[in-house]
Amino acid sequence: MKGLALLLALGVALVLAVQFGSPPEEVSPPAAAGGASVERGRYLVRAANCFSCHTAPGGAPYAGGRPIETPFGTLYSSNITPDPETGIGRWSADDLWRALHEGKSRDGSLLYPAFPYTHYTRLRRADADAMFAYLRTVPAVRHANAPHRMRFPYDKRPLLAGWRALHFEQASFKEDPGRSEQWNRGAYLVEVLGHCGACHGERGGSMPMQGWYAPALASERDSGLGAWPVEEIVELLKTGVAPRGAVFGPMAEVVRDSLQHLTGEDLTAMAVYLKSRREADDSSAPGGALVSSGQRAELMKQGAVLYREHCAGCHQKNGEGVPRIYPPLAGNSAILMRNPVNAIRITLNGGFPPSTAGNPRPYGMPPFAHQLSDRQVAAVVTYVRGAWGNGAAPVSPGEVASGRGVPLN
Amino acid sequence: MRSLALLLLPFLLLVCGPAGGQDVKDTLEQRLLACAACHGKRGEGLKAEEYYPRIAGKPAGYLYNQLINFRERRRHAPPMNYMVAYLSDDYLREIAGHYAALSPAHPPPARPPSKEALARAEALIWRGDPLRKIPACIACHGEALTGMAPAIPGLLGLNARYIAAQIGAWRNHLRRAQQPDCMAAIAGQLQPPEIAAVSAWLASRRVPADWTPLPEGSLKLPMDCGGI
Repeated sequence: MKGLALLLALGVALVLAVQFGSPPEEVSPPAAAGGASVERGRYLVRAANCFSCHTAPGGAPYAGGRPIETPFGTLYSSNITPDPETGIGRWSADDLWRALHEGKSRDGSLLYPAFPYTHYTRLRRADADAMFAYLRTVPAVRHANAPHRMRFPYDKRPLLAGWRALHFEQASFKEDPGRSEQWNRGAYLVEVLGHCGACHGERGGSMPMQGWYAPALASERDSGLGAWPVEEIVELLKTGVAPRGAVFGPMAEVVRDSLQHLTGEDLTAMAVYLKSRREADDSSAPGGALVSSGQRAELMKQGAVLYREHCAGCHQKNGEGVPRIYPPLAGNSAILMRNPVNAIRITLNGGFPPSTAGNPRPYGMPPFAHQLSDRQVAAVVTYVRGAWGNGAAPVSPGEVASGRGVPLN
Repeated sequence: MRSLALLLLPFLLLVCGPAGGQDVKDTLEQRLLACAACHGKRGEGLKAEEYYPRIAGKPAGYLYNQLINFRERRRHAPPMNYMVAYLSDDYLREIAGHYAALSPAHPPPARPPSKEALARAEALIWRGDPLRKIPACIACHGEALTGMAPAIPGLLGLNARYIAAQIGAWRNHLRRAQQPDCMAAIAGQLQPPEIAAVSAWLASRRVPADWTPLPEGSLKLPMDCGGI
């Protein structure tokens, strides 16, 4: 029944899109002849992190085939090497521009928005052309695109017109003349090339099928970036570790594949832009409704004991951590954010920040999934969220149980 | 000059002093506490009945190949795939070398399997089955089953369930190696009772005192295997 309703909704949206939604074709400016620099394109392709999605684990760079799990089925990224049969060897700079700016493939078919054209649409044409020039130079790999495995009706691409009518608008990047050049560069890198918002939505984002939560970057409670010095944000993006935190999971991949390759100047611009976007947190209930105050007191007590036994050796007695080695837990927004899934996940599964040029041999965090029960993990996470003035809501054993079920890949 | 240094000293301490007042050792053992949680501080694998395999003393090339195979999803074991996902080739090579050089005590061997299983296992271990293109285990892993440098592992001192699971994973394509993947071909020929027998037999053998892998090139391999 729900599926039928959704189908109808998509159908209606499709009709609307056909009638009203199609914007007039924009005439794109011609590619600057010979002006597109391969080197600049290489850098932009890194900044846009084409690599992570368009490279399968263990596969040739940019040859595609990485599965991308969505709630609607599995998408497979495409081969963007210059192979004429299976890659984009027959594409022109205009074709790439259309994909990036309009979200349409060379044959005009609508692209799934897992390809973040909602962000890339505001790329500058000259940058898209430089990216194209660079992609012409990567080794051509013959590797046929795997067919997507989307469930009905999501396998019907024309229906994407409905989604687009609601969520996509072709646009161009407009500098804010009231802001500095640096701020505008940061905005372009964060909002367009880096497409940070694809995961870090304005209200934060639970990452579908991955069980990670991408904090809202403008929120103090979620990201806490307002209190970070610019140079520490730069350090985090460049090396994966900083005095106040480390990157894990999908963000570790972004740092390894993209951000560590950016110049200090660009990372500084991103940090300046990110720090400028402070939004007041809503004051609604802080979560934790599943735990009564009596249960919370119990969990805190048990958690304190477990913390001393298992955690304090690295994160220190009062959660102060060791800079760049073991992140502090006191005052760490990754612990404090309203959605506790990341804290639960990292306690269960541990992990390493990425190997980067600036931190090639990271210290790791042990997994505790096999040592601690759901209740014990709930206790220790409740404790680190509540101790040392952290003041975040408690976590229930049930939330830990769901955290055990998330895919680890 | 000296007074300047003295003047600066408190600031230096402020900048360099660890926040918790506790020094963190710059050792691989400290960096790899994440691995120790399952494999033990010295790669011994945990207690005999637990699943986590011993990694200490396996050839460095073998360990490195496995870490890469986990990262690149040729081997499928989600906690391992996740753990190494963002680590570099260089770091993984260093980690492999670290565990290859360790030699913690071996656990006592498990009880031997039934007579029938024993016979079935020993036939495969010593002779293989040429009709089914199954080489003897010793043909590649060595007479003493210590493996051969740089990348063929020793087969003793492991839990029977772990060994059986690896052969099963090869059959089900959840464990793959570089092409040509000879163990996949061999595992595909083995029948479940044979897998159980071989695993139980291997787990029941005492690990010899000299547990160093054979030097590279000391065996002429009967098959062409990738990554070796």
